[in-house]
Amino acid sequence: MNKKAYFEILRPGINSTLQDLGRENQYHLGIPFSGAMDKRNYLICNQLVSNIINKPALEFAYQGPHLKLKSGKATCAISGNVSFNIIKNNKTLEGKCYETFDIGTDDEIDILSTNKSVYGYLSVHGGFEGESFWGSCSINTKAKIGSNNGMKYSKDQNIFLTDAESISYKKKIDYMNSKIEYIRVLKGTNFNYFSDEAIRVFFGNKFVVSKLLDRMGMRLEGPKIKNNVSTNIKSEGLVKGVIQVPADGNPIIMLSDHGTIGGYPKIGVIISADYDKIVQSTPGSNIKFKLVDLPEAENLYKLYNMDTQNLLNQIR
Amino acid sequence: MIKKISNLGDSALYCDFGNDVNQTINSRVIKIFRNLKKNTIKGITNITPSYNKLIISFDLDVINFEQLEEKITQMKIEDFGEVDKRIVKIPVCIDEEFSLDLKRLSEKLKINENEIIKSFLSKEYFCYMTGFIAGMPFMGDVNESLRLNRLETPRVKVPKGSIGITEQFCNIYTYDSPGGWNIIGNTPVEIFDKFKVDDPVKIRPGDSVIFYKINKKEFSNWNE
Repeated sequence: MNKKAYFEILRPGINSTLQDLGRENQYHLGIPFSGAMDKRNYLICNQLVSNIINKPALEFAYQGPHLKLKSGKATCAISGNVSFNIIKNNKTLEGKCYETFDIGTDDEIDILSTNKSVYGYLSVHGGFEGESFWGSCSINTKAKIGSNNGMKYSKDQNIFLTDAESISYKKKIDYMNSKIEYIRVLKGTNFNYFSDEAIRVFFGNKFVVSKLLDRMGMRLEGPKIKNNVSTNIKSEGLVKGVIQVPADGNPIIMLSDHGTIGGYPKIGVIISADYDKIVQSTPGSNIKFKLVDLPEAENLYKLYNMDTQNLLNQIR
Repeated sequence: MIKKISNLGDSALYCDFGNDVNQTINSRVIKIFRNLKKNTIKGITNITPSYNKLIISFDLDVINFEQLEEKITQMKIEDFGEVDKRIVKIPVCIDEEFSLDLKRLSEKLKINENEIIKSFLSKEYFCYMTGFIAGMPFMGDVNESLRLNRLETPRVKVPKGSIGITEQFCNIYTYDSPGGWNIIGNTPVEIFDKFKVDDPVKIRPGDSVIFYKINKKEFSNWNE
């Protein structure tokens, strides 16, 4: 009988977690959606290794993990803008994103960095063995929910593979992660808390992504956004993509692991079509916002979805 | 019942029940929440009740704002009465190790510490909502004499189990978490248990909560 294949973690990376499409229907308990931050790259990665749509992939940020495969063979793929090496019999080969590669026992994958972006994904054919909580394996480190007891991976841990057999054919796709010019937003429910001048400042200026950035949220720095009414509202529900402006005037964007309730005025909400882009913005990069209306946002989502489906179809 | 429906982004619907915070309005929010939980509309991914708002998130691949708004507006609202209403008793230890802000409250409110605790324990609290962090209950209303703002500088880490008050509300920190509420005690009871998959929260919106005092020894030996 074959011993179960697993990766030994030689170096865990900065924030390596298993993620899938996320956890529904738990906001009312205080549990956010979670799931892969960059959904398109997650989907592409799973498609490359012929996995079903909701299989967990290993998500990493900035510096990824250094992994060694113990027993068995595996077909892998990495998506994002990622530099990585494949080490076989002490020979180091430069890895290429968006194409499958095979590794065998004692081979290593060393994910060095995400370039000009935050997140990347590693998928293996058959998938990682995740633990499902409320329909999702996604790791939520705040509530300690999901696979690996809800914790990010650390050194010397093992990540088990479900059904790691290499597939005999190669798959690849030519894909370039597009640059952002604008992040498009819809008016938030407290839009009228802000004066015309504040709105002009918000849509007329660049903001810089600060270092206070994680899976929960992204704080921006730039011109202060003043509010005319109140800097607090009675706490109410949040969704990912909401832009809150607290008393200090610096916008905060809610990301996939956000607190489910918040009490700061909402100036805007990022449209679904641009969410994958905003999450890939690194500290120090510039953000410009552009106001759109709901029909436009819905159309842009349709286009985004069609593009994603086309990409996935090309891989099939 | 719902005063206004608007969109929150392109994949959530925002139901506004007005600006007041009281049990009557919150009961309306919870009523709609329960109706939606029972008669699921395809495409809804999350429903978040709060004091006086209800946010319904949906999957834009399945339904859009206009379609969902129509369904919500036409929804037949059933009254489930108070079937689900429970009274939950929560032990609290006021030992100085846990009552981090009792002294501050006493000084600011000019009420002695024993009176504060007596006043706090004298009431039954209504749970308006759970959230922010997993399972955290937002309850009210505390006696007017005990109402105070948040700490000016929030703590980086409020210990798990801490019971805090701010303005008319009180809460329980279900995990170690940053926070700015005035901490008056700690409970040994597990308020959120992820392994109770069907019912992980001890206190649900609409429940009534009674706090009772335990001593340090009872706290240390607590065993559920």
